[in-house]
Amino acid sequence: MDFTEEQLQRYSRHIILPEVGGKGQKKISSAKVFIVGAGGLGCPVGFYLTAAGVGDIALIDNDNVELSNLQRQIAHSTKTLGMNKAESAKKTFETLNPDVNISVIKERINSKNIIDLIKDYDIVVDGSDNFPTRYLVNDACVMLKKPLVSGAILRFEGQVTTILPGEGPCYRCLFEVPPPPGLVPSCQEAGVLGVLPGVVGTLQATEVLKLILGKGKPLCGQLLIYDALGVNFRRVKIPKNSDCAICGKNPTIKELTDSTEEYCAL
Amino acid sequence: MATRYISELRGEKNNSMEEQKIDKKLDIKGVVCPYTLVKSKLAIEGMEVGQILEIVLDYPEASESIPKAMVNYGHTVLKIEKINPNDWVIHVRKEVED
Repeated sequence: MDFTEEQLQRYSRHIILPEVGGKGQKKISSAKVFIVGAGGLGCPVGFYLTAAGVGDIALIDNDNVELSNLQRQIAHSTKTLGMNKAESAKKTFETLNPDVNISVIKERINSKNIIDLIKDYDIVVDGSDNFPTRYLVNDACVMLKKPLVSGAILRFEGQVTTILPGEGPCYRCLFEVPPPPGLVPSCQEAGVLGVLPGVVGTLQATEVLKLILGKGKPLCGQLLIYDALGVNFRRVKIPKNSDCAICGKNPTIKELTDSTEEYCAL
Repeated sequence: MATRYISELRGEKNNSMEEQKIDKKLDIKGVVCPYTLVKSKLAIEGMEVGQILEIVLDYPEASESIPKAMVNYGHTVLKIEKINPNDWVIHVRKEVED
């Protein structure tokens, strides 16, 4: 594929970077990224990956845009209130970069559909807002050996980690099982500074681009914790757990299941 | 270091290079920054290590910035020559894979 004059202009700041160049930009253009959730994290992740020219982006979300989302979910607007979030984000992203092919899935991701949904994508980004989904996405990515860039936010604190199945630890190595419902408050209960998902989501998007380009060191085997109030970035090492139920030597989780416990959606 | 090397080259007739075989020619007259660099970078990406790229340009700033950028990418600038009141010719040898 040769660049059109428009693409030369659009991606010029990438092409002149030694670490990207025309070759790297072509890798970006042929990459396929699956984003779980078109909310606080999914919006900035999708926004920057669209701007970067990622070839195919899938967005899955079954929620509709509400006014209370607009304090942080920057791909939506007052004009798309009531619209499905993935659809609303797609509208925004298509205006930004028509080169990108954006697929919308207006379903809730679950144990039955996840494998089929993500299997053709190169990288998965978790921007979900609840623990059952976070663990489901982790387990599915480990089973398919798919790179996963995971992010989470609450109040003034965010976390990011890159999971490379087979190479580093997974989410279950870090926390074996989800916390019981009600233990960790949701953003709805505890609040979140609107800009926080912007910081965490752009870190996730950066990880995705590094993986596509094969440049730099991925945030694998480490959890990056951002504390906005103290302006601290801390990196905590995550050891691989050889007894991990999904990525250990003798995995006990052989098939995906859905949590029966109720979590409140944000 | 790189800049000194380039300034030494500038204006200097390097006769030994005159006969150097050119593997690829890029005419970017009429192109302005940063697209002069974008096009030069893409041209050299498509070449083999050891090959020589000839760039003809008329954007004055690029006669300074392209050689600097090429040295930063790890390539060697063999010649920078103003061939007439408007145009420059630059020869770059590709030294590293991208």
